[in-house]
Amino acid sequence: MAEVVVVTSGKGGVGKTTSTAALGAALAQGGENVVVVDFDVGLRNLDLIMGAERRVVFDLINVVQGDAKLHQALIRDKRLENLSLMPASQTRDKEALTEAGVARVIEEMREKFDWIICDSPAGIERGATLAMRHADRAVVVTNPEVSSVRDSDRIIGLLDSKTAKAEKGQRLSKHLLLTRYDPVRAQRGEMLKTEDVLEILSIPLLGIIPESQDVLRASNLGAPVTINSPASVAARAYAEAAKRLRGETVEVSLPAERPSFFGKLFGRRAVA
Amino acid sequence: MALVLAPEPPVAGWFQALDAQIARAPSFFDARPVIVDLAALPREQPDVAGLIQALAERGIRIIGTEGAHPNWHDVAKWGGPILTNGKGRPVEVPEQPPAAPAEPVPPVAEPAAAEPAAASLVIAQTVRSGQSVVHESGDVTVIGSVSSGAEILAGGSIHIYGSLRGRAIAGLGGSRQARIFCNKLHAELLAIEGVYKTADDMDPKLHGRSIQAWLDGERMSIAAMD
Repeated sequence: MAEVVVVTSGKGGVGKTTSTAALGAALAQGGENVVVVDFDVGLRNLDLIMGAERRVVFDLINVVQGDAKLHQALIRDKRLENLSLMPASQTRDKEALTEAGVARVIEEMREKFDWIICDSPAGIERGATLAMRHADRAVVVTNPEVSSVRDSDRIIGLLDSKTAKAEKGQRLSKHLLLTRYDPVRAQRGEMLKTEDVLEILSIPLLGIIPESQDVLRASNLGAPVTINSPASVAARAYAEAAKRLRGETVEVSLPAERPSFFGKLFGRRAVA
Repeated sequence: MALVLAPEPPVAGWFQALDAQIARAPSFFDARPVIVDLAALPREQPDVAGLIQALAERGIRIIGTEGAHPNWHDVAKWGGPILTNGKGRPVEVPEQPPAAPAEPVPPVAEPAAAEPAAASLVIAQTVRSGQSVVHESGDVTVIGSVSSGAEILAGGSIHIYGSLRGRAIAGLGGSRQARIFCNKLHAELLAIEGVYKTADDMDPKLHGRSIQAWLDGERMSIAAMD
């Protein structure tokens, strides 16, 4: 039974694309057959994060409009053979996505894959609503900041009203992925507390991903962090989140890295 | 039910007060019929057309004018039906007492209809940012929270069994008996029958507490219930 998951947030820059790539790769590492789909037509990025930017021939728009077959547009990952990418078009805009076309492509993908992870564009317009349209579940990516939390709240409202599932009167399950969590700033009270975010959004927590240089480095190298540095704290947090997505019970641990020797040194210097 | 707006000279100053009101309660005039009482305007050369247009630009829906002086021509052209008998005195509108605002801050709601029949609406989930629940007759009960940027508008009272972080506007139909109850007060705005308080006007001690709000004469009172 294929699961369609939309990774969404409302706000831009919170880590949707990074999370799509990392979760997709982690699920594939667990033996699942996964496709990650870039819905950000006109501002495609997922191909870069996946390191497949020079392998794009056909894209989602070509398939939606019937100009290419699904298998022609899918790009198989070189590191994990059960991980594929459906790139977005960079030269078109979101108006090129048709409702019926997207429905057909998703249906076709359901037959080929176990997991279809849709990377939503920011905003609440056409691109975002079509990305969530056929989802069975949603991963709501949120930073511990008030603006991000409010935008996520808005998106949850749309997930409950504008998706095909919601219109049929069914409930779409939603998961909160708290990203760019900074334990040091959290300790100083400069970020919203996890429990406050959970209270406002009142959806179950999928995981807490720490702000990490490993994530940035992996993105720039064109590899999901779960492939590039699987031992890092961020990658482990993503891997655990992927397990929870598969229904396993894994306790959520707060990423509190012990400050490194240099961290201590600089910390003291800053005080002095 | 219609609101009566009574512009007073100087009109520019009156509009400033109106804009301040709209800024505090942007959805106050949404879908509310408005009658413009022109009686206070100067007899000589009032710029009624400009006034009507300025109101329209603010999204205020004018259903008629009253109090126009008989010497003024083309009143109908400016703003819908004239609710006067042609002698400069308002035609008697049932249950519509003439509005006489004491200060330039305008909206004074006067009920023209009878008390709304109570048909309550129950929402068993959180009302999310950007969502607006409008229930013109009766109470609204929310079993969940009302998020920042969400709003509940009810003809009757509003009951929230969770945190109120958005807006609650009760007594839409002019019911002065309407009250607002919530488990945790973090509201952006509370309003009952046109009288409102923004977060800044609320006692910080009530923040996060279980409260009720009601109309005490012309003022809104808020008291903790825990």
